[in-house]
Formats: sequence, C-alpha cells, structure tokens
Amino acid sequence: MIKLNSKTQDAVLFYVLRFISLLVIGLLLFIIFVLLKAAGPAIKLNGLSFIVRKEWNPVEDQYGALPFIFGTLITSFVAVLIATPISIFVALFISEYLPKSISRVISLMVEMVAAIPSIVFGLWGIFYLSPLMKSTIAPFLKSTLGFLPLFDGPSFGIGILTASLVLSIMIVPTISSICRSVFELIPQHQKEASFALGSTKYEMIKMAVLTPSISGISSAVVLGLGRALGETMAVTMLIGNSPIISKSLFSPAATMASVMANEYTDANNPLHVSSLCYLALLLFFITFLSNLFAKSIVKNFSKIG
Amino acid sequence: MKLNYRLYRAIKNNLFTSLIILSAILVLVPLFLIIKYVFVQGASSLNLSFFTELPKPVGEIGGGMKHAILGTIYIVLLGALIAVPIGVTCGVYLCEFSKSKLSKTLKLCVDLMSGIPSIVIGIFAYLMVVVPLKSFSALAGGVALSIIMLPIIIKTSEEILKLVPNHIREAGLALGLPRWKVILFIILKGSLSNLLTGIILAISRAAGETAPLLFTAFGNMYLSFNMKEPMATLPVQIYTYAISPFKDWQRQAWAGAFVLMVLILSMNLFARYILTKMKDKKGY
Repeated sequence: MIKLNSKTQDAVLFYVLRFISLLVIGLLLFIIFVLLKAAGPAIKLNGLSFIVRKEWNPVEDQYGALPFIFGTLITSFVAVLIATPISIFVALFISEYLPKSISRVISLMVEMVAAIPSIVFGLWGIFYLSPLMKSTIAPFLKSTLGFLPLFDGPSFGIGILTASLVLSIMIVPTISSICRSVFELIPQHQKEASFALGSTKYEMIKMAVLTPSISGISSAVVLGLGRALGETMAVTMLIGNSPIISKSLFSPAATMASVMANEYTDANNPLHVSSLCYLALLLFFITFLSNLFAKSIVKNFSKIG
Repeated sequence: MKLNYRLYRAIKNNLFTSLIILSAILVLVPLFLIIKYVFVQGASSLNLSFFTELPKPVGEIGGGMKHAILGTIYIVLLGALIAVPIGVTCGVYLCEFSKSKLSKTLKLCVDLMSGIPSIVIGIFAYLMVVVPLKSFSALAGGVALSIIMLPIIIKTSEEILKLVPNHIREAGLALGLPRWKVILFIILKGSLSNLLTGIILAISRAAGETAPLLFTAFGNMYLSFNMKEPMATLPVQIYTYAISPFKDWQRQAWAGAFVLMVLILSMNLFARYILTKMKDKKGY
C-alpha cells in the first residue's frame, strides 16, 4: 500500500471537493443543454417567431407561445401588485410595531405559510376561493369597477384573477420575510436619530427605514416575482387552461407552466413535445433572468451599505 | 399655524399606524383562516382506512392512499440518497474554500438552481431518465426531487458548517492532523445533528412537490416498490382526485392534503426549532 503524506492527502481531498462542485455547476449547464436539444426541432421550425405567434393548436401542428407568455406574465404581475404593498406593511408591522416576543411567533407563522405545498393552495382555491369568486368577489368588482375593461364579461370562478389571488397569498411570506430581514439591517441609532430630530413614527419609518431599504425591497419583490412565474400546480388548477388572450381578468387563460403540466404526458406528436420543451426553456430563462436581476440589486445594495 | 402643522403630522402618523395594523390584520387573518379551513376540511375527511387501504375501483366509495403515502416516502428518500452526499460535499467546499473563484461560481449556480421552476426540472428528469428507460419510473421521480433538494442542502450545510468556530479548526490543525481529517472527524462529525436538520428542511420541501412528479413517477393505483415502475405519490394523488368529479375522491383529496400538510409542517417546525436554538447558542 502506498503511504501518502498529509500534504498529498489534503490535495486529494481538495480535488475531490472541487470535482463534486464542478459536477453541480455542470448539472446546471447540462439542464440547459438537454432542454435546448429537446427543443431543437421546434426552434428550427419556428425560431424566435414562436414567441410572438398566437396560435396553439397541436391537432393542426400550430405552435405559438404568446398566449402562455401572456398568461404567465399577467398572473405573476397581478399577484406581485397585490402582494407587494401587503408584504411591506406586514413586514413593518412585525418588525416595528410588535413587541419582540410576539413578532417572533407571528413571523414564524407567516414563514410556515411558505412551507405549505402548492397543491394544497390549489385544492383550497378550487373548493373555497373559486366559488367565492363566482358568488361574491366578481359581482362586487363588477358593480363597483365594472366600467373598466379589466372586469369585463362573466366570471366562472376560475380564471386569471383567481389564480393571481392564490399566487399573491403564496408569495406574501417570501416577500415579507426578506423585507423584514432588510429592515433588521437598519442600525438602531439611525432610527433613534430620526426620533431625536422630532419625527413621528410615520416619518421615522419613511426616512430611516423605507428609504434606505428601497433596493432590498425591490430585490424581495423580484424574488417573489420569480417564485410566481414558475409556480405550476396551484395555477394549473385555477386558471382554466385555455390559450386565449383576453383583456378581462375574469377570463380563463393558460400559463407556460400550466400547459406543460397539462399536455406533456399526452403529447405524442414529436413537434408538440419539442414545442413544450421550447416553452420550458423560455420559462427557465425568464426565471433565470429575474433571479439574476434580484441578485444584482442585492450586490449593488451591499456595495452602498 | 404652527399648531396646525403639528396636528397635521400627528394625524398623518395615526392614519399610517392604523393603516398598517389594519392591513396586517387583513392579511394575517385570512392566512390563518386558510390554514384552519384546510385543517378542518382535512381532519373531518380523515379515517383509518385512508391509511390502511388501497384505492377502490372508480365509483365505489371508500379506500385509501396507503400506496401513495408509502410511495412519497420511498421517492423522497431515493432523492435524498442522491442529493445528500453531493450537497453536503459542496457545502464543505463552500465553507472551507470560500475565497476561491470556483466557490463563488458555485454559489451563483446554487442560487440560480433554486430558482428553476419545478416543472422544468420535471421535464429535465423526463428527458434524462424516462426517455432512455422507456417508462415512467420512481427512479425518475427521485432524480427530479434530488435536483430540487440539492440547492437547499448545499445552502443549509454551508451555513451550518460556518457556525463551527475557527479555533476548533485551528486546534485540530495544531495537533498535526491533515485537513481532511479535521473536516471529516471534527467539523462534520461535530455538526452531524445540525446537518440532519438541514436535510430534513430539504426533504420537507421536496415531499410537497407535485409538478416534477407528474411525468416522472406518474402514479398508479396499487402498491409498488419497484424503482423502474411508475409509483403513486401523495401530491400527485391529491391532484388527480381533486380534479375528478367524484365526491368521495374529492373528500380523499382533502384527507391527503391534511396528511401532507401535517407531515411537512411538523418536519419544517422541528428543523427550524433546532436551527434557531443552534444559532442562539452560536458555537460550542
């Protein structure tokens, strides 16, 4: 048996660790490569015009991604629009208004919501929220804001708005817990300085807490957006799954993730499968970009701070 | 004039305070109502046969999800078997060689990997495992879940290992131990139980995933422990039952959601409890 001295032993360890780490980095690249290869035929046929074509009809071999990109973006944006102010308020409430002992419990409970599987949210959406939407929320919105094209047409319970509402509930814990940790970075003396200048609590929060946290808050929002973009099950169960583009939030739609979940197992036609892989690749890059964006915000933030 | 301005500021302050409290209540209350609703619906749909029986043929009332509960455990453990060794190794690398260029790249990759939508991971596992084996299989499900667990395990193990104080490392090196022995027998051995909590956290996340299992493990209606065959899992079974038109199946979907939630939340709470306790102690 060869006896290695401890320096060689350490070198072996170092290279083993390095190898495994390279393997994980390689895995990410490999995922991109495999998707790219599977999407190959669809990319060759449609190229980038895939993104702007409206027709999705597997029976006639027509594949265009626009309805799904539209569905993904609109559900996520509406969800973020609802969730952002709420999350910031909740984070402020927990970190600035509650005594420490209670705030710990409440923030833990909010974070527990993030651990609930999306299938459970979907189930709740089907049996609780969508009947409620049909019977109460939609008629109310129609009677008060019905003149807007956003609330045009009948509501069937399921549709863009229902999916967005559930999505917003799902991303509130994500956004608010990041916001809370950003607020906790604010040094205590900064808040005290603001009070010492005679500001009210509102003015203190505005000047000493919210203003310096702007970039942290924005990265939290972008991360929440990333989670909403990729969310599959809850949306699939609530959006109605029809590839149409409509102005009304009551109308059913389909997202990139939902069409994959619905059609991938049944797709026999190679071009259909390949087009779904193309969609997967697009979704991958959209979430990739939004996460990269969130990270770059944090990076700039830490440079200043 | 001066008094008016002060009054105006006071009113603004009070308005803001009430707005914050109101909106916080407006969120927190429905949030907990949802949890309560799921718990009440689920607990009332639960019975013993849910745990002990297999599904009955369509139309017959009764039956349970024994196969799906066992299937979830099987596939999640399979995923953990793949992800844990790789994940902990990468965690060690990130902690011990944190200044190298590779470790910065790895960190970025881990962040980006945790952002990949789970359905895309499902498609990847389908292309990698299901297509070559020509059948949906538990193995494919395990591979998909392992990719979901990997970034979580890497991140938590890095954080946990970083909590080991430097003087312990130095003490080991001062005794003349080679570095690999310090890492293996001092750092890893000492943080074993804490590493386990990180793994539990990853498992609790993977156990609730539905999307990556739809076209990998696929699901079936009988008990199977064959890695190369389709296997039922709790989340997929809930999904199938939830969108079915049968009342009794919908009831069972609720029961399944309840079991899944209790399972995941208790694992999650347990792991968090230990992690916060550890962070409070900070060192040994």
